[in-house]
Amino acid sequence: MSIKLDSKVPEGELSQKWMNYRSKMPLVAPNNKRRIEIIVVGTGLAGASAAATLGELGYKVKCFTFHDSPRRAHSIAAQGGINAAKNYQNDGDSVYRLFYDTIKGGDYRSREANVHRLAEVSTDIIDQCVAQGVPFAREYGGLLANRSFGGVQVSRTFYARGQTGQQLLLGAYQALSRQIASGAVQMYNRHEMHDLVVIDGKARGIIVRNLLTGKLERFAAHCVVLASGGYGNVYYLSTNAMGSNVSASWRAVKRGALMANPCYTQIHPTCIPVSGDYQSKLTLMSESLRNDGRVWVPKEMSDVEAIRNGSLRPEDLPEEKRDYYLERRYPAFGNLVPRDVASRAAKAACDEGKGVNKSGLAVFLDFADAIERYGKSEALKNGIKNPDKATITKLGEGVVEAKYGNLFEMYEKITGENPYKTPMMIYPAVHYTMGGLWVDYNLETNVSGLFALGECNFSDHGANRLGASALMQGLADGYFVIPYTIGTFLSKEIRTPAISTDHPAFASAENETRARLEKLINIKGKQTVEAFHRKLGLIMWEYCGMSRNAEGLKKAKKLLQDLRAEYWSDVLVPGEIDEFNPELDKAFRVADFMELGEMMVEDALNREESCGGHFREEYQTEDGEALRRDDEFTYVAAWEWNDNTDSILHKEPLVFENVELKTRSYK
Amino acid sequence: MKLTLKIWRQKNNSTPGKFESYQVQANEHMSFLEMLDVLNQDLIESGKDPVAFEHDCREGICGACGVVIDGQPHGLLKGTTTCQLHMRFFKDGDTVTIEPFRAQGFPVIKDLVVDRSSFDRIIQAGGFISVNTGQAQDGNAIPVEKEDSDASMDAAACIGCGACVAACPNASAMLFTSAKVSHLALLPQGEVENEKRVANMVKQMDLEGFGNCSNTYACEAECPKEISVENIARLNRLYFKSSLASE
Repeated sequence: MSIKLDSKVPEGELSQKWMNYRSKMPLVAPNNKRRIEIIVVGTGLAGASAAATLGELGYKVKCFTFHDSPRRAHSIAAQGGINAAKNYQNDGDSVYRLFYDTIKGGDYRSREANVHRLAEVSTDIIDQCVAQGVPFAREYGGLLANRSFGGVQVSRTFYARGQTGQQLLLGAYQALSRQIASGAVQMYNRHEMHDLVVIDGKARGIIVRNLLTGKLERFAAHCVVLASGGYGNVYYLSTNAMGSNVSASWRAVKRGALMANPCYTQIHPTCIPVSGDYQSKLTLMSESLRNDGRVWVPKEMSDVEAIRNGSLRPEDLPEEKRDYYLERRYPAFGNLVPRDVASRAAKAACDEGKGVNKSGLAVFLDFADAIERYGKSEALKNGIKNPDKATITKLGEGVVEAKYGNLFEMYEKITGENPYKTPMMIYPAVHYTMGGLWVDYNLETNVSGLFALGECNFSDHGANRLGASALMQGLADGYFVIPYTIGTFLSKEIRTPAISTDHPAFASAENETRARLEKLINIKGKQTVEAFHRKLGLIMWEYCGMSRNAEGLKKAKKLLQDLRAEYWSDVLVPGEIDEFNPELDKAFRVADFMELGEMMVEDALNREESCGGHFREEYQTEDGEALRRDDEFTYVAAWEWNDNTDSILHKEPLVFENVELKTRSYK
Repeated sequence: MKLTLKIWRQKNNSTPGKFESYQVQANEHMSFLEMLDVLNQDLIESGKDPVAFEHDCREGICGACGVVIDGQPHGLLKGTTTCQLHMRFFKDGDTVTIEPFRAQGFPVIKDLVVDRSSFDRIIQAGGFISVNTGQAQDGNAIPVEKEDSDASMDAAACIGCGACVAACPNASAMLFTSAKVSHLALLPQGEVENEKRVANMVKQMDLEGFGNCSNTYACEAECPKEISVENIARLNRLYFKSSLASE
């Protein structure tokens, strides 16, 4: 059966669409809001901001997280910053430019109207966060500071040291806490969504497992909002938190929601390289470091060897023997090319054998020039004439420390090397997933009454997300989009009485959930969940990682099917269902990751072009750049899961009325 | 390296716990939690109950992890969470004692996992600025002195892990509470509600069963984000002002 995908993008000129739509949108009156219940799953930037705002508006909100506290959601780990078209720097920024950069950065695979709305509300987000007490970095004059990020030529990124995600999340968490205290939001910590309950085609509730007791519980509402994050952990090793998972979204997919563009994954260029096979996760070094760090590998293989075996220190290699390959290949953007371009260039350097660590999978990120430059400028400011090298270095290190101190410290803790004295070693790692639940302009999925916000939807980043845009999208969706658009659904529900959890749909969803958990725990096989998750990750990284090809993807599909069959016959889950059992929590999530992996591979195989984070080896230009095929692939690939056959593809054509599709060039 | 681990095992809050010993093979590049992962894989494969411990981001920011290692919350390294502690700080043959954060306000859930929801309730009592979405003026309308903004950020860096409580002989939550009070008090946006905020948060802190502060500064010494006890002094000043205002 074909599903009609109506994006519901309003009529009118691009820059007027949201304003006009918002003004004419159906509303829910305050007396009705008091009766209407909303479930929000997830408490990251999108979930916490949505739950808080919907609570402020007067709805009865129930909010769920699997964490012990809403403040632990993985938005907290975002380092670099949040974009907004404030143009405080007077450097030519505008809503249109942010829109354009985001569309171009996404390699022309996102919806114009959604992205323009994102750019419009970006400025409100900064105002809101300042009012909430987010301690953004400031200049000496007391005004907000900005820095630049990859893929753009203006400074529009607001930041709070290297902990912007933490501060924005705490802002949203505090707003949420205020609503919890007032009784508008009921908070359920350590409760994980295990199924979506659909009644008469509408999302009306969820089945959750109380992670403390293991008991299954039913919750009903007039509609359900998912803000459950991305699925990068399908690769096992990623910069995501250990608990980040796809299950809430995947349970929705199993109930009929479509997954859009699942193959669009972002590989972040600056992460700490893998050090051993016991490794549980990868650590990101913020992209903001590329403002001042220069990426290089040695020109000569003999120098590569010498650095690897420790006979040559990288800081001692003379300038002319280094290949600053990003500056060489992309002179216009240099070290600040977008993430996908930087990652592929690092891979290319390592594929040539230039990798600088023992595994051959690392490149340098060097701050020596920045330290010298800042040192000289500080000396000048402080009236020091003819400063010696030591003074310059000391002053320069001070500036670098003020900007990136916590990142440098983190690097040293993990690697034992001092990045002020020797270049950092970095390598790309899975970081963000642009794909996600298909949503229309209202952020509603194809399942009526089911909304998806933040990283768990697909809507704004196309095939590649620009730095400092995830925080922007999460908060835009939660603070400034869903509070309005949810009315398009709820205004038709004002006569619907409270939904009862006695409905047979709840009973059957609960029974299915219990049966699935019982099955998992009773397999009592030989291999741990962790062992399977690692195997899954290796397959995904090998065949559906930084570059993909048809042959590999077909092979991966088979490997994944076999792995899934093996999982359901040989996984070893200790303990019981009705108790606190972190291994069972994990087993449930990994089972869903396996199915998602298959869908990702199908999507990657279908998309016979290279765009953004999706690089198909068969489709590249002569000099190795991504080759998009706009005639055939300018569409959103929305996939319907099928238990018995391959996933079914539904297409939403992407129409560009305002920007011309160009080959993305950062040269 | 080969280590002997003495780990606190406790089935739940109503069952008494005890230390049990384990052997584990680690290497210097592992993080402390990866070393525990290795132990748990061995335990599961040999049909035993894995050690429950809390963790998530593993990059020192979410605040989920935290155990007492050889008597120190988050271990020996200054300014470091448990997940960022690496095994190169241990040596072959070491015996390492691992316990949960112990405090009346943090009941044990299982093994090394404790319930820190008391921290959420302290924030709910007033750790916010009362502004609804959409009410804000332009972000640059009120300049904030860089020094104040930086000091606010220093306090706001708290990750809510609870090491301060675990370190304190009185299991006081003053460093945590004062960090939030300071973060907001130092900004013009937050200053408006200072007196009400501090009174309500301190009241909730007491209700949760946390002890009083007796200025041992153990909290500051063990805080993985090196939050300063100056924040406690600021809380005390504001609390004093607040109590005068309410009389």
